[in-house]
Amino acid sequence: MIAWLNDPGNWTAPGGIFDQLWSHLQYALIALVVAAALALPVGLLIGHAGRGRWLVTVANAVRALPVVGLLILLYVMLAPHIHGRGDTVYLLPTEIVLILLAIPPILASTVAGVENVDPAVRDAAAGMGMRGGQVVRRVELPNALPLVFSGVRSATLQVIATATVAAYLGLGGLGRFVYDGQASQNFAERDAGALLVALLAVAADLVLALAQRYTVSRGVSGRFPRRTLVGDPVATADAPPSTHTA
Amino acid sequence: MPLHDSLLAQDSSPFGMFGYFSDHRDEVLNWLWYHTWLSAVPVVAGLLIALPLGWVARRYRWTYPPLVTTAGLLYTIPSIALFVAMPDIIGTQILDPINVAVALTVYSVALLVRVVADGLGAVPEDVAQAATAMGLTRRQRLLKVELPLAVPVIAAGVRVAVVANVSLVAVAGTIGVPNLGQLFTTGFQLSVGSPYYPPITLGIVLCVLLALALDLLVVGGTRLATPWRRAVSGS
Repeated sequence: MIAWLNDPGNWTAPGGIFDQLWSHLQYALIALVVAAALALPVGLLIGHAGRGRWLVTVANAVRALPVVGLLILLYVMLAPHIHGRGDTVYLLPTEIVLILLAIPPILASTVAGVENVDPAVRDAAAGMGMRGGQVVRRVELPNALPLVFSGVRSATLQVIATATVAAYLGLGGLGRFVYDGQASQNFAERDAGALLVALLAVAADLVLALAQRYTVSRGVSGRFPRRTLVGDPVATADAPPSTHTA
Repeated sequence: MPLHDSLLAQDSSPFGMFGYFSDHRDEVLNWLWYHTWLSAVPVVAGLLIALPLGWVARRYRWTYPPLVTTAGLLYTIPSIALFVAMPDIIGTQILDPINVAVALTVYSVALLVRVVADGLGAVPEDVAQAATAMGLTRRQRLLKVELPLAVPVIAAGVRVAVVANVSLVAVAGTIGVPNLGQLFTTGFQLSVGSPYYPPITLGIVLCVLLALALDLLVVGGTRLATPWRRAVSGS
């Protein structure tokens, strides 16, 4: 495996590690951006209005669906209707599955984050003359941010891990090495592919952890320089436990 | 593929799954059986390992950050990566179901260590003090007071783990491990010319039913283990 990774040809060749790493990132990013664009505003609204919690229940029920089955079902359904060359025929079902997978954690944790905002804080915001939209944007969102991040991070892990399975259909990404290596009994390639996916997942999580550190207000995270008065940090312990689907 | 030899059900629509099931009953039931124990056993094993680890994380506070961070790191490893790497780690054959069982146990432990630690930590301090005041030893307090009170939190984690496992086991099917995931790969291979839905829809329906059944089992077990909650909520 080390030897395989040490061969520069395996990195730079067309369809090599750099290419597949880039494809893998693209698939994951598209799905995460779309899922966040859908789940974040809806989650903020549900949490703010206190209505529509059934949507969270529905989204959570989707988790019981087997990812591989859904992927293959969508592919078989869509394939006859997609003509033309390129990866669209594989990409579309993959993105749909990845988006479906990323929505529940982001939605659930956003709703939980907004609901966990101290009612006194919300009252104070209203007392200062803020309107509904302002309360959501300037009070509830910043306070919910640690939990929102935990949802986005768990969604990212799942999406990166699951994008591997897309290679089973014939799409690119790091899963190519895992499935091609398995098929051709090139175990060095297979294990290197597996290692690369794990490293990519860890790297993405680190990037998000950094982003969280710099975007979450100190008043919320309780991350103050030593020997200043530290308030009660918002407990992140009641984040909904993350799932792992692939 | 043995399935190619047999006569395919005439109906290739999603509803052809009933005919498909009766044509391939033995094989499908066999896969369902494998799938069931591959989903359930790792969670039980994972819980048995996570309980003492979670307790340690609570009892000796300094062990909490390293334990929870390690668990989080284990969780970032994609399942397919763990499935294929397992034979190198524990020296089994590549398609041995044991690989899947061990890999899923690792995930279950990773998920449950934090849940157990947080569940034990959520026991109100005055309750623990009352138990001590009544003369319970540390061990009695843990087994008779803290652990039972943590059951709802731990059970929530177990439900998540069990449902996630059903989906993960199917992933192992794509590399050839016998379970319901093989229905998906079979359907994929049979759909080359035109869509052939029966095995795919059958697999999805069976997976969802299995997830539901295991989830209900955990919920039922939790209700039995926490009779006082029913007394309070009156349900």
